[in-house]
Amino acid sequence: MYRYDEFDERLVRERVAQFASQVARRIDGSLTDAEFLPLRLKNGLYLQLHSYMLRIAVPYGTLHARQLRQLARIADEYDRGYGHFTTRTNLQFNWSKLKDVPTVLGLLADVEMHCIQTSGNCIRNVTADHFAGVAHDEIEDPRPIAELIRQWSTLHPEFEWLGRKFKIAVSGATHDRAVVKSHDLGVRIVRDPASGETGYEILVGGGLGRTPFAAKVLREFLPREDLLAYLEAVLRVYNLEGRRDNKFKARLKILVHELGIEALRALVEEEFAHIDKARVNADPQEQARIAAYFAPPAYEDLPEVSRKLEDAQIRDPELARFVEHNLFRHKKRGYTAVTISLKPIGGTPGDITSEQMRAVADLAEKYSFDELRVTHAQNLVLPNVKLDDVAEVYEALKAHDLATANIGRITDIISCPGLDYCSLATARSIPIAQVLSHHFADPEKQKQIGEVSIKISGCINACGHHHVGNIGILGLEKKGVESYQITVGGDPSENYALGELLGPGVPAEYVPEAVDKVVSVYLAERQQGETFIETYRRIGLAPFKAAFKEIADVAA
Amino acid sequence: MLLLDREGAKADLWTRVETLDISADKVIVPSALLQDALAARRPGQQIGVAIDNTERAAALEPYFGALALVVIAFPTGYNGRGFSIARQLRERGFSGLLRASGPLVSDQFPHALACGFDEIELPDASAERQPVEQWLAAAARISLNYQRGYNYGAVANILEQRRAARRAGAANV
Amino acid sequence: MAAVKRPPLPVILVANDLLEGDVVFATADGWSRDPRQAKVAQDDAAAQALEAFAAREFLHARVVGATLVDVELRDGAPVPRHIREAIRALGPSTRPDLGKQADFQI
Repeated sequence: MYRYDEFDERLVRERVAQFASQVARRIDGSLTDAEFLPLRLKNGLYLQLHSYMLRIAVPYGTLHARQLRQLARIADEYDRGYGHFTTRTNLQFNWSKLKDVPTVLGLLADVEMHCIQTSGNCIRNVTADHFAGVAHDEIEDPRPIAELIRQWSTLHPEFEWLGRKFKIAVSGATHDRAVVKSHDLGVRIVRDPASGETGYEILVGGGLGRTPFAAKVLREFLPREDLLAYLEAVLRVYNLEGRRDNKFKARLKILVHELGIEALRALVEEEFAHIDKARVNADPQEQARIAAYFAPPAYEDLPEVSRKLEDAQIRDPELARFVEHNLFRHKKRGYTAVTISLKPIGGTPGDITSEQMRAVADLAEKYSFDELRVTHAQNLVLPNVKLDDVAEVYEALKAHDLATANIGRITDIISCPGLDYCSLATARSIPIAQVLSHHFADPEKQKQIGEVSIKISGCINACGHHHVGNIGILGLEKKGVESYQITVGGDPSENYALGELLGPGVPAEYVPEAVDKVVSVYLAERQQGETFIETYRRIGLAPFKAAFKEIADVAA
Repeated sequence: MLLLDREGAKADLWTRVETLDISADKVIVPSALLQDALAARRPGQQIGVAIDNTERAAALEPYFGALALVVIAFPTGYNGRGFSIARQLRERGFSGLLRASGPLVSDQFPHALACGFDEIELPDASAERQPVEQWLAAAARISLNYQRGYNYGAVANILEQRRAARRAGAANV
Repeated sequence: MAAVKRPPLPVILVANDLLEGDVVFATADGWSRDPRQAKVAQDDAAAQALEAFAAREFLHARVVGATLVDVELRDGAPVPRHIREAIRALGPSTRPDLGKQADFQI
């Protein structure tokens, strides 16, 4: 994992002092509320329904034990004993007090963390494949360039005041686990077939929200050394050409849509030609310095199969279920990446108590080379666990209600906080997640249904990624009542697709039945080995629509 | 209006005109009049241009040699397009004075300086709440940055610092 | 900041404490964290008085986001009609152990 040097540390400390000064100047009247708003947002501080909410950056989803313990301490001393992991792999505290925030930022700085650019119209926290560095299907570990981009984008003087937020994701694997195509800018590490060299495919203009678009390829192959200069060119063109007249049309995706990808490419290439690349790009030594932090840990040479784990599974069918659902194939023989579900049946997706944070921190230290990941699906990962240790890890997780065996299953629901917390929300989303989780709780039923994703957003802004859920649920308000639109067919992976609407919105109480209908169509129609999305692609929207109509008619 | 730079408040010696009445020694014209103003320029007279943030740096490039000042309008503090225009002007070789004009907040002063601005022209309503001392303090609050080529004053570049440390380390071996 | 559009009467004035962020309700003589203490404006004059109070309090940097919220009276206590404001006055519907509902046993 990357560790701060003296410069990284000083910058973050100075940023804390800067925020303290901004708060003081808001209170003494130097700054108006309107002037203070973007300043506090750029430091991750929102004013939500009940309180301030502080969003803490977890850069490309990587954490170590000391950091998670510090988050637990902040949860206990300055919040209400829990936090919420988001789809941008950040952590939110829901009950912050403005007067405490400078102190909390100081505590974060003590463990090399911050809230810089977790909101506001600037370059946001960079996200990555949560299995980066350990995935069996990886071309190259994307974390070094994620860190490079994190540093380059931190307090970038030219891009602190963009037209809208700007989200970047990186992936180094063939399978896209980072939802690259829903980002303003995606970086995919690719191999040049001719030279064998790795470089970057650059995609732009993706986004969810009220006008969802899949990102398009801007540059098929960018040489490694030019990454920052090219990003600077893209951001400059966006800052200059992006619309400023309407905040709903200010994202890069609208510029790509209105200008066309070819015209945008011409502008970017022209700007890129003007940029003094030697000045902007990080030198190879700097790239190597960062990369060294991500060298593989001291893995042992282990057999492919763990007899210990096999035996334990025979004794404990629940462990067997956990192994089946929550383990991911590691590139190092004898190791596995264990996903810790933050989706207990009936729980709040992504929520974690301070006590659970401490338990997970202990496990990371003891079993995973002190490494943790946060996934965009609001779960945690112990990326480096010996197969021999899985049963012990499982027992420890179970003791803290963290052993739910449902990764990638129908109860592994993504949900934004919705109207229970969020001032932008139009409807609640957590209660919908909870009722669906209960509805499909039976492990045998979940196993029968197999791999399917439900993603719920409580408003059109789509923090719950509903557009790319195999089953997407969008909470809206219809005449003062919460109403839920359901889509099917969304896919966040390399087979990226936006879901199609099944029909009119239905009240909350009809949602489980409606989802049940959709699932029943799949179960009735699926052919041997087909997942939900594969069946959907083969049979199309119509059968799902017809089944949904029965519910919608009753609801109406 | 308050005009300030890294040293503090300063007198505005420039006269803004909206017509070709360019009798003053230092005169700022809208971009539509720039060509005519330069043609009518007296010896020793300095011409500046005021542009909106919808105008582009490239359009001014032919006049870089003759142009003493570019004023870029910031319609609001949140609209940071002017930072990129300034950056482009500097990258393309403009070496005259660069002025940001609009309701910025003092926390944007370091951004403006890093992008190549020399001075800020602030409406009275903003200046009344944010005295010059706040601007000078804001400029000094963050002492380093990651972005090479955006340095000003005492701000150190982290990549350069690391490079220097590497060189020193290598020399000591 | 005074509400731009006034909701139907009766109304209460809801805001967030600037330093704490907590939801606060205008009472006869200041602010309370308890929604049941909110002063209910039954007529235009009383609503205007709340708006004027909101403007003053915003100016003095005590609260932000002050808005008039339409309520109905249940057992003499004001209850916001709209679900968003109802949740704001109680706390997360999924966490009865948190928020006003817990603090004031509502």
